[in-house]
Amino acid sequence: MSPAQVLAKSETSRDGGLEVLRERGQREVFCGLTGIVWLHRKMQDAFFLVVGSRTCAHLLQSAAGVMIFAEPRFATAIIEERDLAGMADCHAELDRVVDRLLARRPEIRQLFLVGSCPSEVIKLDLGNAAQRLGAKHVRTEGSEGVRILAYSGSGIETTFTEGEDACLTTLVPEMPAEAPGAALSLVMVGTLPDIVEDQFLRLFAELGIAHVGVLPARRAGGLPALGPNTRYLLAQPFLGETARALEDRGAVRIDAPFPFGADGTAAWLAAAAAAFSIDEMHVNRVIAPGRERAKRSLERYRPMLEGKRITFMPDSQLEIPLARFLSTELGMIPVEVGTPYLHRAHLAADLAMLPPETRISEGQDVERQLDRVRADRPDLTVCGLGLANPLEAEGLSTKWSIELVFSPVHGFDQAGDLAELFARPLRRRDVLRI
Amino acid sequence: MQLAVWTYEGPPHVGAMRVATAMRGVHYLLHAPQGDTYADLLFTMIERRSARPPVTYTTFQARDLGKDTASMFQNAARDAVERFKPQALLVGASCTAELIQDDPAGLAENMGLPCPVIPLELPSYQRKENWGAAETFYQIVRHLADTSVRPAPREGRRPRVNLLGPAALGFRHRDDVREIRRILDLLGIDVHLVAPLGASPEDIRTIGAADFNIVLYPEIGDEAARWLDKTFAQPAIRTVPIGVGATRAFIAEVAALAGVDPALALDDPSSHMPWWSRSVDSTYLTGKRVFIFGDATHAVAAARIASEELGFTVCGLGCYNREFARDIRAAAKEYGLEPLITDDHLTVEEAIAAAAPELVLGTQMERHIAKRLGVPCAVISAPVHVQDFPARFSPQMGFEGANVIFDTWVHPLVMGLEEHLLTMFRDDFEFSDAAGPSHLHGAAPSHSAAPQNAAQPEPAEQAGLATPVASNDTAGWTDEAERELRKIPFFVRGKAKRNTEKYANDMGLAAITLDTLYEAKAHYAR
Repeated sequence: MSPAQVLAKSETSRDGGLEVLRERGQREVFCGLTGIVWLHRKMQDAFFLVVGSRTCAHLLQSAAGVMIFAEPRFATAIIEERDLAGMADCHAELDRVVDRLLARRPEIRQLFLVGSCPSEVIKLDLGNAAQRLGAKHVRTEGSEGVRILAYSGSGIETTFTEGEDACLTTLVPEMPAEAPGAALSLVMVGTLPDIVEDQFLRLFAELGIAHVGVLPARRAGGLPALGPNTRYLLAQPFLGETARALEDRGAVRIDAPFPFGADGTAAWLAAAAAAFSIDEMHVNRVIAPGRERAKRSLERYRPMLEGKRITFMPDSQLEIPLARFLSTELGMIPVEVGTPYLHRAHLAADLAMLPPETRISEGQDVERQLDRVRADRPDLTVCGLGLANPLEAEGLSTKWSIELVFSPVHGFDQAGDLAELFARPLRRRDVLRI
Repeated sequence: MQLAVWTYEGPPHVGAMRVATAMRGVHYLLHAPQGDTYADLLFTMIERRSARPPVTYTTFQARDLGKDTASMFQNAARDAVERFKPQALLVGASCTAELIQDDPAGLAENMGLPCPVIPLELPSYQRKENWGAAETFYQIVRHLADTSVRPAPREGRRPRVNLLGPAALGFRHRDDVREIRRILDLLGIDVHLVAPLGASPEDIRTIGAADFNIVLYPEIGDEAARWLDKTFAQPAIRTVPIGVGATRAFIAEVAALAGVDPALALDDPSSHMPWWSRSVDSTYLTGKRVFIFGDATHAVAAARIASEELGFTVCGLGCYNREFARDIRAAAKEYGLEPLITDDHLTVEEAIAAAAPELVLGTQMERHIAKRLGVPCAVISAPVHVQDFPARFSPQMGFEGANVIFDTWVHPLVMGLEEHLLTMFRDDFEFSDAAGPSHLHGAAPSHSAAPQNAAQPEPAEQAGLATPVASNDTAGWTDEAERELRKIPFFVRGKAKRNTEKYANDMGLAAITLDTLYEAKAHYAR
């Protein structure tokens, strides 16, 4: 490879005092369709219909594993050769599929038409289709109606968790407007497992924040109101477009590190409390027991993880806050922290706490990144399932990253579980004698 | 448009990946959008391969579409050839790249790459995985086979064959090859080449040096075998040796073609299946109604075993791969059945429910259908999940394959009988419902099978908490804490409950509150 090509594919920028290695090349990542796997568990009356190819259906089935058989609320309308012949035909076909689907599943209140690479490339207008179908299935005297929305989870536009960002963005216009002169309210944004969401809602209540809503809501009717007196707090780092849509409607973001670990969660809650001008003494009283508990559960992992070097391959955008947690709360040493996309404003608080020598990379050229992993030989590499076994075979311990998205890991009472996810592969490496 | 939740086959480029991954020394450059790399994990996780599949994806994104995806493809080709130094490069497009019409074949061929380039035309909106694998293997053979190579004169040497069809992600391909090699060895026949599994482009070049071909998996190998017959006049054996009868027929055919004595392999003392099936313990298998669905090759073979070798009654027969529907139609006629040719799993489910079988033989999908219907089931065909890529030797072909099949198919029936006994003696203290069948390790909390519930969080939450939490005689659970406990996944809930109660007891607490639950969690965190 000539030096000129190297420069074209990889560059280091140093704006804002932060050095970021930017690369492009082969990206070993999931597309945004994968978000459906957890989004449909959260939104209990929603159905996700991917308009795509057999590849899309195959991906969903591979990612959803055994869950696919539990009468799932997602499916793929597979585009066939005759659909490619003419666009009008394609819309008629989609209408037929949707009508059949809604007739079969009368309990569905929200239907998401999810765009894919093929549907985007042939410029099938799913937004238009959603409007057309929405008008047909609108709430009437006789029926409850179905809200029909469209977003793209295509690989050409979204990487893994960005599928959730795209989905939630379409929900923002559906949120009712807050009443004029409404009291200050809080919206917690990002899909969390129910148990974690409930923990946070309890803590907000104890802190004395009266009006708290969540996005996404568990049911179609549960969307919180939105307006200039709304403050929103991101629970996930991958919600750039959703944040922008919320701000377009006047909501204001509360700046905070993401709620991983004892300190991360404490800072996240404290930031929310500060936005509601809650007395600091009271905040400390509410937060202290959980924080202490989290710290105690982390203490057990510190001896296993302290001083261990860790590299993150890009996957979910959770990499930076997780590296922050492992570094500040468990003493791990981040070597390279890769992220598919770096939202500097949302991650400012976590970035500021990373050790300055951490190599941060955005985007990917997977072969070159693997060369760096082999040269660095970190104690643990966080990567996707396509890379994990091959790296193990090379003698490098790995932690597969998708589990970090599917498991409850936020908040005080999951801090120990989160540490355990990283400690387990190292402990296993030490116990095996074969 | 076809509405699909589950697909029996992936897209055709996954078939091409199965061939590329099976081989050595080839690399596959796939023009594909970001995200299509998901297919890698089929090989690294399900088949547990220790190396990445030899596939480079261009992973173009939306911002690349306005620009030059063609030059992106050429750069990726250059980088891949430089890094992996393949003996041959396969190039093709996935479904999305097919739409943007960059012509990977033309682009790569004009680059003057230092290795043969094999273009693949895989129509993603018409064809599927098996077709993609067959076409890819055929293209590789057609491009690489040296047509001047012919077998050496027969005098003074053993007969020589090629085994065609085994690939990556194939159901038991690894062990079938080992078993067939053993049979051929007993017959005094040499294996010149196994392909695509383990073959390199250099090996493929000499494919004409064999006397004849054995097509182990027609779905993947037949297309190439027909071309080899035409080009090299290499005849092909098409009898698939799954089952004792088919294995005997296979041995006879191979021996005849090679001019050797079939008795060398026919009298194999390790063939236990015929006696097992004749032994009186197997009497109750007679006339069991069995429904069979899978790829055509495995389904047809299974039907013959079921009816001739185990004495079952075949009550349903079908396949998902239309290309081989003729084989299923012919077999179904023999058993007086209406053939079921569909790739819609809902249709299969309806057919199974209507046929009311006592045993289902099928794919991973039929396993779940059978579980839902409460019918015993065994897996006979891809698609399969990780547990059907076992560590132990478990072929389907040959006499050892027949032994494996006997055990695999009869096992769920024995278990079925046991479950039946459990129901009959429900009130007997040793056979109580709560004890559960022994193959579920007797620890199943209720009669509902735990693994099934793993897929259904809501019902599981109800089922898993059938015995209320008030059973302890120390501290009592507050409503709030109990509600919280129900939110914990059922498979760890028991442990959480025990730990919390022990913790409350140790601490001398009168009531278990929400805080106690999490205090205990922190306390017991390892």
